[in-house]
Amino acid sequence: MKAQSLFVNMDQLLGEAAKLQVEGYRYVALTAVEIDGQTVELIYHFDLNLGMRHLRLSVQKGTRVPSITPVYLAAFLAENEIQDLFGVVFSGLAVDFKGTLYTENEMRGRVPFCRYTVVGSEKGEAAGQGDNSREDSSGEAS
Amino acid sequence: MKSTVIPIGPQHPVLPEPVHLKLTVVDEVITDVVPSLGFVHRGLEMLVDSRDYHQVVQIVERVCGICSMMHAMCYCQGIEEMMGIEAPPRAKYLRVIWSELHRMHSHLLWLGLFADSFGFESLFMQFWRIREKVLDIHEATTGNRVIVSVNKIGGVGKDLDDDQIEWILSELKNIKREVRRLGPTLLDDYTVKKRTVGRGVLTSQQAIDLGTVGPTLRASGVARDMRQLGYAALGELDFEPVIEEAGDSWARCKVRFKEVLASIDMIRQAAGKIPAGDIAVRVKGAPPEGEAISRVEQPRGEVFYYIKSKGQKKLERLRIRTPTFANLPALLSILPGLYLSDVPVVVLSIDPCISCTER
Amino acid sequence: MFKMTPNILRNLITDKATRLYPFETREPWTGVRGELGIDIEKCTFCGICALKCPTGCLSVNKKEGLWICDPFVCVYCGVCVESCPKKCLYQDLVYREAADEHGKIVMKGEPPRRKKEAET
Ligand code: SF4
Ligand code: SF4
Repeated sequence: MKAQSLFVNMDQLLGEAAKLQVEGYRYVALTAVEIDGQTVELIYHFDLNLGMRHLRLSVQKGTRVPSITPVYLAAFLAENEIQDLFGVVFSGLAVDFKGTLYTENEMRGRVPFCRYTVVGSEKGEAAGQGDNSREDSSGEAS
Repeated sequence: MKSTVIPIGPQHPVLPEPVHLKLTVVDEVITDVVPSLGFVHRGLEMLVDSRDYHQVVQIVERVCGICSMMHAMCYCQGIEEMMGIEAPPRAKYLRVIWSELHRMHSHLLWLGLFADSFGFESLFMQFWRIREKVLDIHEATTGNRVIVSVNKIGGVGKDLDDDQIEWILSELKNIKREVRRLGPTLLDDYTVKKRTVGRGVLTSQQAIDLGTVGPTLRASGVARDMRQLGYAALGELDFEPVIEEAGDSWARCKVRFKEVLASIDMIRQAAGKIPAGDIAVRVKGAPPEGEAISRVEQPRGEVFYYIKSKGQKKLERLRIRTPTFANLPALLSILPGLYLSDVPVVVLSIDPCISCTER
Repeated sequence: MFKMTPNILRNLITDKATRLYPFETREPWTGVRGELGIDIEKCTFCGICALKCPTGCLSVNKKEGLWICDPFVCVYCGVCVESCPKKCLYQDLVYREAADEHGKIVMKGEPPRRKKEAET
């Protein structure tokens, strides 16, 4: 899998995605993996004639990520899902559920799928992290 | 003209599963659709935290109540790839047999539900009656009717003896005859055609752009089937993806109908070629650090597993992208412009499985 | 009408497609994974079944010789049956009947003597 991966940063993401689209790649999936308390890795998976390519983007928690929905509209569900479950905020989403696709408003700011921030080994820091993201997304809503 | 908002679901007579669609309607014509999900979100992906990687097989089987076997197969193939082990050939053939039986029962279920969506009750019952025979095969050979629990890492847990294979083939002959008999009723009937032809058209370019998978993609004339990857023993069998050009609800129905017959054919081939031997290899230790991707063609389309391990018994991350998750954007784009009365038919035509979408 | 007549006649003389359940039941298939049972005499209370069970519905108390199953959590997957080293677990051919009370199945057996002596 490493061989077909391309590490990108936020500025390159849309450009690389557009390049893949021109080549005819089909959007397959978007995966978020929490690396540690600070970083989430987003992996965009594409497919052309059964061959796969992956774009990898490391995201510091609390920063906004450009959405790839202008290029691949189909990604909007996955991006909303990640917004709900990992607390990563996407800007420019084609259909933005604002954190209510899977979770309800009361859940705003919690990150149920992040293992390090919810049940991290350093308890104090973990709680602080949770608070941060709560502020982030409540700011988002207003 | 003023527009009205009509909510459909999450509980609705024709929707088999909980999805809520907010339809904006002008007169009878839909102009906008906003879906809302999350009624049955279970967070199964995060259960890998508390179970070891063998037990996750049973968890992923419960992602979907209909194509359970293929979820487990996909997961096991991913782990096997990571650990560098290979299932014995007999196990691979058995996986093909059971997974194709699963495809049949899922498609027959869908064909019934589809008939029900335009009010053809007796056809619905006929299809489900045939499906019951497939479920009987499941129950007799694996012990369970739908969630068959035959996969394990390194192979399969149950074997078929020669008598059972013989019996399966003779049952399949009957099933094939009965499915064939229902074909004209479903595909050539004037009323059915009136309700399905030209409804919810998806061109092949749209289908690719919107990331659709499975029969929804193939009904638009794109020959893309994950079985072309040749996983399990599929590489050794003759296989042609079923495609249709029209891209409407009727074409999607026809693709699924033909796939039932194609599955019967593949089971025949697999049963004819099945080698003798072990059905599982012993698996020791934990998956090594690394990542794997596994894809399998389910009845509804391509399922995608991303597995990440840190070398422990418990996996680091498991990501499941189910086929309906990929087909929903297409559904949202084909609904506008249709009549309100077409909604049940068109929603069902992508075979939505919402529970597995939400995992 | 020409097409329908043979159909009607056939339906008149053939059997019903359904069974008169619950008065008539089908024989269970062999190998069905039904209700979980245990041969408590053979059990050594090693706890492997409880460890392997994906739902965590089994618990084994070695000291007192108890094997406890929560049948409402069990999903009939058969993992415990396969993994038991003494082959003392089995699955019936019929499923559990619907119950109106929540309860656990508690089986008491002889805890293995040698182990007990080692502990005391
Ligand atoms: S039932 Fe079998 S696996 Fe479970 S404790 Fe007894 S001997 Fe061990
Ligand atoms: S059948 Fe499965 S769920 Fe039930 S006790 Fe055994 S291992 Fe647990």
